[in-house]
Amino acid sequence: MTPASISSPLSALLLAPFLLGVTRRTKAIAAGRTGPPLLQTYYDLAKLLRKSVVYSRTTTWVFRAGPVVGLAAVLCATALVPLGGVPAPCAFEGDLFLFAYLLGLLRFFTVVAALDTGSSFEGMGASREVTFAALAEPVLLLALAAIARTVGSLSLSTMYSGVDATEWSRASAAFALLGGALVVVFLAENGRVPVDDPTTHLELTMIHEVMVLDHGGPDLAFILYSGVVKLWLLGALLVGLIVPVRSGHVWLDGAAAIAGMIGVAVVTGIVESSMARWRLVRVPQFLVGAGVMSVLALVLTRG
Amino acid sequence: MGAGVDPALVLLALTSVLLLGSSRLTRGIRIVAFQGILLGGLTVAAHAHELSARVVALALLILALKGAAFPWLLSRVLQRADVRREVEPLVSYIISMMAGTLALAFSFWLSARLPLPSLPISTLAVPVALFTTQVGLFLIVSRRTALMQVLAYLVLENGIYTFGVGVVQGTPMIVELGILLDVFVAVFVMGIAIFHINREFDHIDANQLTLLTDWTG
Repeated sequence: MTPASISSPLSALLLAPFLLGVTRRTKAIAAGRTGPPLLQTYYDLAKLLRKSVVYSRTTTWVFRAGPVVGLAAVLCATALVPLGGVPAPCAFEGDLFLFAYLLGLLRFFTVVAALDTGSSFEGMGASREVTFAALAEPVLLLALAAIARTVGSLSLSTMYSGVDATEWSRASAAFALLGGALVVVFLAENGRVPVDDPTTHLELTMIHEVMVLDHGGPDLAFILYSGVVKLWLLGALLVGLIVPVRSGHVWLDGAAAIAGMIGVAVVTGIVESSMARWRLVRVPQFLVGAGVMSVLALVLTRG
Repeated sequence: MGAGVDPALVLLALTSVLLLGSSRLTRGIRIVAFQGILLGGLTVAAHAHELSARVVALALLILALKGAAFPWLLSRVLQRADVRREVEPLVSYIISMMAGTLALAFSFWLSARLPLPSLPISTLAVPVALFTTQVGLFLIVSRRTALMQVLAYLVLENGIYTFGVGVVQGTPMIVELGILLDVFVAVFVMGIAIFHINREFDHIDANQLTLLTDWTG
């Protein structure tokens, strides 16, 4: 572990809420509004943390554990994900599976906490979340497996430091497919349009938002924060692939990756302002399509 | 082998998957038209090192027929036959796409074991050709609308053509032209048949055609 490798989790922890601000600002500009300040997510987090919590009498410890375990899982995951060419502080063979399952743990506890409230709406959201996740997780794992096969390593840091310009020219078709698949995973896992609409509060269409309706105060802050960090982490996996700047210089690589992250946030904002949420039946097709792309990429790559 | 071969083949496979998941006939026609354009490009890309007037003429003919004439003909039929614009699947779109994923894996498995007379232009050529053919067959049996079956037939033909371009270098021009002419006549006849079926029965549901009979016993 080198001092430079701290920069990858540190930037995830500090800059993740900013990314959401960029997306919101993009949407506001596209809609002709001024929009909230870029740092609004930090203000929201600070406000929520100062509030007190209200627990329903029907809930048990599971409901209280949900946000805490979710936050813990996502914080562990920050230690595994490299930022572009900057390696993560914690890297070992097979850490990509740990990463995928930490995100799975976050989801599991969000879902269980939602079910624990006994609210039918939250149950509906949980059901949808799990349905889509069952299709999105294989896509993520297949995409990571394809990169692992190209570079010949099962560690996220080694994998992503191997994705450079020469590798791109060698396997451009496979990497382009993987980029497409990871964009779909990024949008689906973070509940962005066209899979889920983060701003909707219409009961029948919500997926992620409906699961956290009963949480408040610091619990909601934890959920919000885990959400933005997860956005950052999946974004980092995408940017590490599509911005192949690997100069070996930590500051340059890091700056390129962070610029890429902001680019991804802007593109997310543009996607969200230019298209509507899809009907729920269309979403699995979208995810299966991404699955086909990553299978094809996996077949195309030769280690 | 040209640089554009692999991207064209990947796009061909992806558009086939897209067709498995699309519910609208107009969209299906557009996808098949795009596949026609891809095949025209593939023909040129496959012969990039020895580009002759013969190859260019064939590519242009494919572009004109598969990329323009067939889509135009089929959209005309669709407009004339004022039917529901949905493909009416017997197998749901998601299951179709998952079957497509399996078919893709199967094609790669099969092509690795297939003894070929000559080296294909790309390692992707044979699997993608097999996959496209399978998608065509699958769509013929799993969609009820007659127009979709014509599209599926075209996809099937696209797969066979890809196999030809990928494996057999230098098919005689006369053979290629003969096949194209056959396909053209087939699509033409099917287009007219669909129009007549629709005028007689107010639908183009191929399933109900089994009720057609002289025997009234």
